Amino acid sequence: MDVMQYNFNVEKDDFDRAGEASSNIKKILRQLGIDAAIIRRIAIATYEAEINIVIHSLGGEIDLEVDPSSIKIIARDKGPGIANIELAMQAGYSTASDKVREMGFGAGMGLPNMKKCSDKFEVESELGKGTTISMIMFI
Amino acid sequence: MINQICEKINARVLAGANQSHREVKGVYICDLLSWVMSHAKKDDVWITVMSHANVVAVASLLDLGCIIVPEDIQMDQDALIKAEEEGIPILSTSMNAYDIAVELNKLGLGK
Ligand SMILES: Nc1ncnc2c1ncn2[C@@H]1O[C@H](COP(=O)(O)OP(=O)(O)OP(=O)(O)O)[C@@H](O)[C@H]1O
Ligand SMILES: [Mg+2]
Repeated sequence: MDVMQYNFNVEKDDFDRAGEASSNIKKILRQLGIDAAIIRRIAIATYEAEINIVIHSLGGEIDLEVDPSSIKIIARDKGPGIANIELAMQAGYSTASDKVREMGFGAGMGLPNMKKCSDKFEVESELGKGTTISMIMFI
Repeated sequence: MINQICEKINARVLAGANQSHREVKGVYICDLLSWVMSHAKKDDVWITVMSHANVVAVASLLDLGCIIVPEDIQMDQDALIKAEEEGIPILSTSMNAYDIAVELNKLGLGK
């Protein structure tokens, strides 16, 4: 199998389309015959990253890279960045607005979920520049 | 299975009527989406008061069995359209979440 790459755009505040990138990624991985348990973990992690871009960022994109031994998801946004990554990673920590909390977001579980679902997980963030989340799952 | 549930909780099918023979296994009740994301299991019945299209995205990504909205809560039109597209059944009933769960338990779900 060659290395395959895909890219998905994620708009800020676009709740109608939120989840589409994750859904497409899930479909691609199914077609590639990836193990169902791994697809599930990737679907969860990608969805949380996608929703965070919609809710907390100015917009961004998600890259999917599949090679013979691993699947890599990179979620990148254009800001505003995360001031304190350690704090943001804590289960239950959320700065979500009342409006999105009313929709069921804001449990402060997204980043912990992503970490739990990944074999390798990394957050890089710079205020004013943006956040990049890299997740690798071995297959 | 879905049709048995409908009968038991006196529910209307709002979307995914063609999935009426789908098998479901467990039951999960929560409205915090990322909590559901990490705890609901494949083929679960999911009871939630959330009514927007992202609920369907969550159900679809997790391969949940169906969504039940309690207490006659109205679902958004785009949620119903998305559920139809994704083949996720959505049921609506006047019962509350607890009473629904009790009835689903009688059907042997989650055992
Ligand atoms: N891409 C991002 N850009 C800026 N801030 C972010 C980003 N992702 C997360 N954060 C910050 O980290 C916090 C925790 O994120 P996390 O995904 O764990 O929870 P949440 O999105 O608030 O709630 P949930 O994911 O449970 O719906 C967010 O409330 C936000 O302050
Ligand atoms: Mg989140």
